Amino acid sequence: MRSNSSSLSLRAWQLLLLAGLFVTWHVLAVPGIVPPIWFDNPHKAAFFFGEPLKVLGRIWNWFAGGDIYRHLWVTLVETMLAFVIGTVSGVAIGIWLALAPTASAIFDPYIKALNAMPRVILAPIFFVWFGLGIASKVALGVTLVFFIVFFNVYQGVREVSPVVLANARMLGASQKQLLRYVYLPSAMSWVFASLHNSVGLAFVGAVVGEYLGSAEGVGYLILQAEGVFDINTVFAGILVLTAFALVLDWVVTLAERRLMVWQPRSGETERI
Amino acid sequence: MTLAPASGNFALALDNITCTFVSRDDRSQRYTALRDTTLGVAPGEFVAVVGPTGCGKSTLLNIAAGLLEPSAGSVSVLGEPLAGLNTRAGYLFQTEALMPWRNALENVTAGLEFRGVDRQEYLAKADEWLRRVGLGDFGDRYPHQLSGGMRKRVSLAQTLILNPQILLMDEPFSALDVQTRQLMENELLELWSADRKSVVFITHDLEEAIALSDRVVVLSAGPEAHPLGEYRIELPRPRDVAEVRLTPRFLELHAEIWHAMKAEVLKGYAQQLQ
Repeated sequence: MRSNSSSLSLRAWQLLLLAGLFVTWHVLAVPGIVPPIWFDNPHKAAFFFGEPLKVLGRIWNWFAGGDIYRHLWVTLVETMLAFVIGTVSGVAIGIWLALAPTASAIFDPYIKALNAMPRVILAPIFFVWFGLGIASKVALGVTLVFFIVFFNVYQGVREVSPVVLANARMLGASQKQLLRYVYLPSAMSWVFASLHNSVGLAFVGAVVGEYLGSAEGVGYLILQAEGVFDINTVFAGILVLTAFALVLDWVVTLAERRLMVWQPRSGETERI
Repeated sequence: MTLAPASGNFALALDNITCTFVSRDDRSQRYTALRDTTLGVAPGEFVAVVGPTGCGKSTLLNIAAGLLEPSAGSVSVLGEPLAGLNTRAGYLFQTEALMPWRNALENVTAGLEFRGVDRQEYLAKADEWLRRVGLGDFGDRYPHQLSGGMRKRVSLAQTLILNPQILLMDEPFSALDVQTRQLMENELLELWSADRKSVVFITHDLEEAIALSDRVVVLSAGPEAHPLGEYRIELPRPRDVAEVRLTPRFLELHAEIWHAMKAEVLKGYAQQLQ
């Protein structure tokens, strides 16, 4: 365990770096602080890169005024639905194909093709099928999440230790019990390994979907601001999304710690 | 040679077993691990099977467990022909067989859970078995938090809690250090003497085989391994595996069996180098 004081000083350095970035941004972008370096007009830097104080002011207004919550909520719902549907279907189909060699051999080229396809190009089709509401964004997110989870589960089931499997069979496990007590937990460890990735991609699906066509959501806010060249609002949206993604990642880490206690962590020693 | 009879009063009888593996990619690639192997284990008998590495000892055990079907020959368990898994047998594997996502207690209860035993009942039983193998306070540890010896104890409890009539052990202690190993061997003998299950104990260690068993069966080097001979070990019980090794009778037996084995060990070793 790292001592508290050094972890505090680490935090201090991290915050200092953040502050430094904002100060640099402010100094270089706000007109009149330093003479223009690249642009011929002192206002152009602010036009292209925004001004940090205005960006923060915009974020403040969003949260104080309450405008943002509706959009955040929509993005969150899309992300979660895409994540849950993609994960559940990925686990189910992954286990099925891993245990059914013939089906797996038949589907193999199709799965490879679907995975190789840049799935963002499906967005227009989803808009036609599911409209501009939540469903089309969820569908886009699902196509992204599904394959990550699917491949991990497939691998996980294939790599169940044959000895553990034989042992469970000798202990009297039926096929169904093998699935529940051996294949599933083994696959779950692989799912968790990919969870950070798949939550991130569910989020990408939601935001990209909103950005391509929607009436609500943080992606929609960014799209609107971009339409009127309001670069400060675009940056504000980006910062909010980033913070939001960090929160999601943190939630995943918590879930992982909670559910994967059985996995060895490197250098784990007992605390007395 | 044959080691006793096609039928008779055996807990486990392997009759004229031949086991040939065929390569999946090339049907002409064959490997015959066992050829015409006959082995009977009487009720309550502790049989050790020794042989050079790669002689098909594990194959023999997998066939007895029903995990592997023989190419020819038959297996009968308590007088009935074996079809599918051998449900009367408990199997102790050479390598890690515990479910890593279950803690020690949950691993021990697994077999009873699979059989649909009442939760209260299996928890009580598992607790008792964990204590019997000396791990009373370690029920909540996951396999990676236990030492190799402790994991073997959990495996032992996991298998014995189901009270199998036949115990199949595949070099269960070969991964342990010498001291832990002797402790485990003594514990095994103590547990076994309580209700005398029929045991097939596979090992490549002749000393271990003599110290533990009632009868030592020597397998020839593979391929086409078959029993070369058997030796009754009439050393008095209860035995202490560390002490029994120093008795003159033990040394005599060791010399005698080693003499028979030596040529096969060298043959097996030469084949490995090829």
